[in-house]
Amino acid sequence: MEKPVPAPDKKIVLQIKDVYKAFGDLKVLNGFNLVLYEGENLVLMGKSGSGKSVMIKCLVGLMEPDRGSIEVLGNDISKLARHEMDELRTEIGFLFQGSALYDSMTVGENLEFPLRRHTKKFDLKNADGLVHEALENVGLPKTVDLMPAELSGGMQRRIALARALILQPKIILYDEPTTGLDPITSKEIIELMKTIQKKYNTSSLIITHDVDCARVISNRMILLLDGINYAEGTFEELSTSDDPKVQAFFKN
Amino acid sequence: MGTNLPFYANVTSFFEEAGELARFAGRFFMELFSPPFEFRELLKQCYNMGNRSLLLVGVTGFILGLVFTLQSRPTLIEFGAVAWMPSMISISIVREIGPVIIALICAGRIGSGIGAELGSMRVTEQIDAMEVSGTNPFKFLVVTRILAAILMLPVLVIFGDFIALIGSAIIEHIKGDVSFQLYFNQVFNALEYSDLFPATIKTFFFGFAIGLVGCFKGYNSKKGTAGVGKASNAAVVYTSMLLFVIDFIAVFIADIFY
Repeated sequence: MEKPVPAPDKKIVLQIKDVYKAFGDLKVLNGFNLVLYEGENLVLMGKSGSGKSVMIKCLVGLMEPDRGSIEVLGNDISKLARHEMDELRTEIGFLFQGSALYDSMTVGENLEFPLRRHTKKFDLKNADGLVHEALENVGLPKTVDLMPAELSGGMQRRIALARALILQPKIILYDEPTTGLDPITSKEIIELMKTIQKKYNTSSLIITHDVDCARVISNRMILLLDGINYAEGTFEELSTSDDPKVQAFFKN
Repeated sequence: MGTNLPFYANVTSFFEEAGELARFAGRFFMELFSPPFEFRELLKQCYNMGNRSLLLVGVTGFILGLVFTLQSRPTLIEFGAVAWMPSMISISIVREIGPVIIALICAGRIGSGIGAELGSMRVTEQIDAMEVSGTNPFKFLVVTRILAAILMLPVLVIFGDFIALIGSAIIEHIKGDVSFQLYFNQVFNALEYSDLFPATIKTFFFGFAIGLVGCFKGYNSKKGTAGVGKASNAAVVYTSMLLFVIDFIAVFIADIFY
């Protein structure tokens, strides 16, 4: 198991301060705080419907929090214009729970799509090389001409990971990366996430229910309960906690 | 309480939705003129809508021409006016029946397709993925589709009208022994610019309605896969109603000027 990242020495890449979000009377986030350090794998666990996905969508501007601030790489995202937000998004990779591959495009076109939108940052002449490298990274170099519907769930998740990586982001957000996959494929995805983190020194925020995933990949963990960060610590600290609410997450 | 009546709720919901649709249309015009322009996607959508609708529009137009001529013949013979057949058919098809029928067919083919495609992209988070990759999904998906529908509807209607006239000419050739040359001579003698221009101009608005409602329903689709089916269905129903409203307004305005 990897040692936790010594937080105080690291640069903060992402910070959520006192964020509130409600849908009508339903309060989802109720003063949530989070800090992600450079090169760290931070796992966020919480019950279904506890607001994990809402929080991660607030991070990339897909939703707006009612109150509180979100800073990504030193930028307060509420103060960014649309084009500035789009530029910032090139530094954030997002792996969606259902992969969210564009089903009218081939795998190659899916991977090329973000490159074509950011020609200032990337030279399209190298697009083929970047696509090939991304597919090599996820172990699927021969799928470039296939359609997403021709791939298995695990392969789709890998391709989605390749697409999230192709802009060489500094931060990767994983929304339940192993949900819906068999245990063997889940392990492969977790290994892949670890390999990528080492290779590119990315900072990762991982939302998961999967205790095995959390155990293998986390440097630090946060438990989201009742809209707040209820408990924080390493996997060992939390899994041996006496608090019954914390223990509930680690019981089979 | 009167405010709890289903009728009141339906009326409120109708006006709310109409307001949302108007705001969606406003956003379309705002995004239409601001860069970046998605020419590649626009061409792809024009190809998809135009090329893939050709067969359907052609078959519909052909049958329309055949049936319309067959149905009209006995009545015109009765009044001794069968020689007016090419003029009557061409004016009816070009001015009114062709644009409306072909627009309705396209509402089913193109409108429902857009509603289902965008609805499915919404529920599978593909639209969110686009946004996260730094692309404006409204500009990439909505603006290109509405614009493609505006550009392709007139082309499809002109094509459909022409095929309908061929269908009509075939019936006249078989039943009335009228040559194709004579038939089309009479067609072009009967048609005037005042028939062609209003009919063509309104097809741009038909295209706008088909693209707008399809995109609106699909883009705002909710509630999983059931929502996708609902979006697709609603796109066709609302577009069809809107087409008749636009047609009425177009005929009313054309009547003032011509």
